[in-house]
Amino acid sequence: MKTLMLTARRWRHSDLAWSLGRSPEAWISALVLLAYLGMAVLAPLLAPQNPFDLAALDLMDARMPPAWVDGGQLKYLFGTDGQGRDMVSVMLYGLRMSLLVGVASTLLSLVVGVTLGLVAGYVGGRIDNVIMRAADVQLSFPAILVALLIDGLSRTVLPRAVHEQLSLLIVIVAIALANWVQYARTVRGVTMIEKDKDYVNAVRLIGMGRARILFRHVLPNILSPVLVIATLSIGLAVLTEATLSFLGLGVPATSPSLGTLIRLGNEVLFSGEWWITVLPGLLLVGLVLSVNLFGDWLRDALNPRLK
Amino acid sequence: MMLRFLLGRLANAAVVMVLVSMLSFSLFNFIGDPVSNLVGENATVNERDAMRHALGLDQPLPLQYLKFVGRAVQGEFGVSYRNIEPVSRVIASRLPATLELSLVAAVLALGVGIPMGVYAGLKPRSLLTRGLQVLSLVGISVPSFVTGIILILIFSIYLNWLPSFGRGDTVMLGAWSTGFLSASGWKSLLMPAVTLALFQLTLFMRLTRTQMMEVLRSEYIKFARARGLRERSINYRHALRNTLIPIITVAGLQLGSMIAFSIITETVFQWPGLGLLIIQAISFGDVPVIAAYLLLIALLFVVINTVVDLLYFAVDPRLRAQR
Repeated sequence: MKTLMLTARRWRHSDLAWSLGRSPEAWISALVLLAYLGMAVLAPLLAPQNPFDLAALDLMDARMPPAWVDGGQLKYLFGTDGQGRDMVSVMLYGLRMSLLVGVASTLLSLVVGVTLGLVAGYVGGRIDNVIMRAADVQLSFPAILVALLIDGLSRTVLPRAVHEQLSLLIVIVAIALANWVQYARTVRGVTMIEKDKDYVNAVRLIGMGRARILFRHVLPNILSPVLVIATLSIGLAVLTEATLSFLGLGVPATSPSLGTLIRLGNEVLFSGEWWITVLPGLLLVGLVLSVNLFGDWLRDALNPRLK
Repeated sequence: MMLRFLLGRLANAAVVMVLVSMLSFSLFNFIGDPVSNLVGENATVNERDAMRHALGLDQPLPLQYLKFVGRAVQGEFGVSYRNIEPVSRVIASRLPATLELSLVAAVLALGVGIPMGVYAGLKPRSLLTRGLQVLSLVGISVPSFVTGIILILIFSIYLNWLPSFGRGDTVMLGAWSTGFLSASGWKSLLMPAVTLALFQLTLFMRLTRTQMMEVLRSEYIKFARARGLRERSINYRHALRNTLIPIITVAGLQLGSMIAFSIITETVFQWPGLGLLIIQAISFGDVPVIAAYLLLIALLFVVINTVVDLLYFAVDPRLRAQR
């Protein structure tokens, strides 16, 4: 408890908190992000209906417009989809799925990219050469194309039943593999600077192992650029997942993400039920926009050159 | 020096192509067993072996791979499972649609993005610049399929002005089917091109703006001011010219991404190009088409990247001096 209060005080007096208070975009987007996070985590509690429980659905209520449109009911604030599912509930669960994939794939690419970057920067030589060459090659293709091809190929390679079971994992891995390069490049650069500093020389002299030097001593000193990349790339990962799911790849249709909802809604766009696709679309845009705003602020706030 | 750089780049390109061709080859050979696809369920072991021999599948792998590369270089990728047509012909019939879409989108992105960026760079405090920057942030955050859907909703469903799918009437110019020669072709092209261009447009605007502001701060611009040159001459003859070099290189690189991003746009607008083809091929499991697409797109990116690298080297003398 005491440490918690200490951390809170340290945070209140930090440069970061000061900068946050002075930038309305930053704290508004931070609040929006917190709200999104809360909605995603608490989706099962907040949702008026469990959209995956077939017994709770009533086909008579299908294709109901939002409450503020003629023919809408207050019971279904954002209307219902073709199967009579309440849009508010579907979107909450969809957001949960989108954020889950976004955060998980960002963490995975962070672990892969940071490890490779640390090793490349610290060890150097041939290993560095191989890793950076691979990074160069991958960087010459757009990340979304890499993710799409990994996901698409896994679909052709694996038998359908196996793929169904693994599809969530495959999306996460595909997006992670498409985005590790940025971490690796940045971390390699700063590691090369750090490794000649005195504190590294000191722990090396007392005979500490390489892995321990890298993860216990170098890593904490290079975290701020990693943090910036991670924030911005959660936005990118959410977008990539949404795109894959929109194209019919991505997460399985049984647990739809925002991208899946947009795709399903797009299929019925011409019968006039715009809300089924537009509302999840707006939710997605709000999420990505606030991640980008917050990430931009964090980048400027943590960049000592701009101060 | 120059020669070493050139060879290095080409070696890099060659490594990528060899890796991708191996991937493509293994797709061909190991997925969806070509023998069972051809002989049917009840074939005897002997019949299978005969077919295996006829297809050359009993030869050593490296030899099979070399033969695959030989055929690929000649544009032979077997027959598409879905269309029962040679893959090369399927791709050739889809290519013009994608290239025309990407071309128009690129012209839009450059033609609108650069002037917007120049304006924002010259007048960083004006109200219009603020507006443009908000717009560009939104442009980056709205996924292109959402943009596409909203455009369809407005212009096809409510206003009924523009068609929401397909290319309209196309005219054959030799083997090239073009939508540029008919009114319905242009009408169909408009929304997909805007959707595809929007992201790149904001990118070019941001890039031009930062470059322009950086150049305007430089010594030679101050000197030009000191010489008493007219503002217009400083802005457009001196600053803009130096801004354009990096922009041109980025534009080259972005051409490749446009063809990649067209996968999304083509799906939204059911535009019959390569992107829609690959999505259909993936959901159908059409291995020959996927394998050929992989090689084609890798080749495209490798060529673009190598050319841009070489151009960089040719344009910027500092790079030559360093090596």
